[in-house]
Amino acid sequence: MAKDEEILAIIVTSDAASRVRVGSGPLFLTADEPERQRLGQLLSNILDAMVHDLENGVSVLVRH
Amino acid sequence: MERYALTLLVGIATGTLARLFMLRSDYRQYPGYPHGFVTHISLGFIAAFLGAIAIPAVAAGEYTAATFLALAAQQFGNIRDMERKSLAALEKRELVPRGLDYIEGIARAFESRNYLAMASSLAASLATYYQGLYGGVAAGVVMVILNHFLKRGQVVAQIAEVQPAPLEFRGPILQVAGIAMMNIGLTADREKILAEGLGALLKPRDDNARATLHDVGQRQAILHTAAALVGVKVDEGEEKYPPRARKDVDSGAIAVFILPNEPDMQCFMEAIKQTPVLESSRRHPLATSVGRKAAD
Repeated sequence: MAKDEEILAIIVTSDAASRVRVGSGPLFLTADEPERQRLGQLLSNILDAMVHDLENGVSVLVRH
Repeated sequence: MERYALTLLVGIATGTLARLFMLRSDYRQYPGYPHGFVTHISLGFIAAFLGAIAIPAVAAGEYTAATFLALAAQQFGNIRDMERKSLAALEKRELVPRGLDYIEGIARAFESRNYLAMASSLAASLATYYQGLYGGVAAGVVMVILNHFLKRGQVVAQIAEVQPAPLEFRGPILQVAGIAMMNIGLTADREKILAEGLGALLKPRDDNARATLHDVGQRQAILHTAAALVGVKVDEGEEKYPPRARKDVDSGAIAVFILPNEPDMQCFMEAIKQTPVLESSRRHPLATSVGRKAAD
């Protein structure tokens, strides 16, 4: 990622929470996949960021 | 004064008309109509005047007057800087930017068209001075035709084969013709892309083309042109599905993705084909012996 691009927020389904250790940005816990998708949409609009799926129950939001 | 009046008149008229013919307010929205239009015509007129007056000045023995051709060169250089700055300032608000390479090309073309107007005017006034009105008009027509050929550059269709390419998702990764484009995290966005997106593959025709398409400025120009012609479903601050161009590093082919307003594959491919090849992007490795040896 370029210098100004950083992870703004991380969303996990609660069973995948152990896969992420958080440094600076907030970690959002969700109960299931549809909630993770919904939260991704809301945060994407609020933060003007893009949602990326890490295929292990974790989504990250990055502003490019 | 009367002796030179015809020379001046034919020269100025040729130069200004030459500039007018070279002016196209086309899909690229440059120059902006009407104020940009007026600026371009006025500067063309000034260039024509300078070119036309050189011949009578030299004929009358006023050699120092010809030094204002050098002044013109300096002024045109300043104007090019101004155009570059104003376009670059607007870039920040563009949702699919032109890229600085394209802007540099536009600024250079602007400068060179003023020079061509000046040269046309010079040629026409020279012809009028020696051959009278008909000579001047003939020279004017020749210059206008010559300008037309000098103005044209290459377009992408001449350096690459453009083919439609299928869109598919491997997990969250959007792929166009098997080339990974971007990670789309939201399933709703993936469905929208599969339903409404368009993909194209640009296969370079030779090693020169491959090196030209490698240039990021050229790819940005392709995206900007496609977005201008078929429209694009992006908004300020939203980063859901921006148009993207990605290179297949093994073959040098470029995959292009867009979510257009007009879901017309033919128009999308045509837009890509019509994109001008930027002067600053053009590369000719095959023109060197090293490049040729590497190619075989």
